[in-house]
Amino acid sequence: MIDIIINLALLSFLAISAIAIVRMKNLFAIIMLFGIFSFLSASVFMVMDAVDVAFTEAAVGAGISTVLMIATLALTKVQDEKRPGGHKPWLPLTVVIVTAAALVYGTLDIPAFGDANAPSQKHVAPQYLQRSIPETGIPNVVTSVLASYRGFDTLGEVFVVFTAGIAVLILIGGVAQPSKRKTSRKKKNA
Amino acid sequence: MDFLIGHYNYWVAIFLMMIGFYTVISHGNLVKKIIGLNIFQVSVFLLYISMSTVTGGAAPIITEGVQLYSNPLPHVLILTAIVVGVATTALGLALVVRIKEAYGTIEEDEIHEQDHSL
Repeated sequence: MIDIIINLALLSFLAISAIAIVRMKNLFAIIMLFGIFSFLSASVFMVMDAVDVAFTEAAVGAGISTVLMIATLALTKVQDEKRPGGHKPWLPLTVVIVTAAALVYGTLDIPAFGDANAPSQKHVAPQYLQRSIPETGIPNVVTSVLASYRGFDTLGEVFVVFTAGIAVLILIGGVAQPSKRKTSRKKKNA
Repeated sequence: MDFLIGHYNYWVAIFLMMIGFYTVISHGNLVKKIIGLNIFQVSVFLLYISMSTVTGGAAPIITEGVQLYSNPLPHVLILTAIVVGVATTALGLALVVRIKEAYGTIEEDEIHEQDHSL
């Protein structure tokens, strides 16, 4: 019972901090709040027994993302978000509400949260849980699936991260040198 | 009441997804758009992890005397997704920095005013 209450409370905090993120204008405050949001989501994952996901989210989602965003603020020197002048909120709001209604309608058939007899629990998951120790000797099933059964997935992930890293380096070239780059573009235009 | 508790996770996931979606399509500030995209991502993580949870189950680390574990497969998928998500965030933010250098602003409508080819 206490699990359910903690779960509901944390999820409500998540929703509230998301609303605050949308309503705020100061970008630094938004980024800090996003760090809080990530930590809250990490705690929700912890409550839902996904320990590996929780610590990855806390380290990577809350840590590295926040640092990257603050670095962006430092490089762009922008303080506040300007209110969308030309945009009217009605069109996006309608799109969002219609999409939400369709998605909520979809959830009505989903097996309840925590149902041990849900189809998603009956397919390959028991196989992994039974075979992990005899086949790989690793007690943490998440590790054995990640590194052994789905090792190629993880290799693909490494390629994605490598590509993203190369692309970032090409775009901003390590340390940004705005003055140098601006002059070179002016030359090109002339 | 049981129905409400049994579906609350999914509804919060949908709510967060829609908040992220709304931020991406209605706000002009590029940093805020990326934060919206991140909120959207977290909602997808939440949906997957909610589906993997078993009431009374333990974390999927094999221990003596524990019979019921939550489903490890969504955990693995989401681990991959978190890392890839940070990589895409970094790429998006790098683009924001370049746009700021090129146009002097990160507001979408001001960029449109300067560049009529968009």
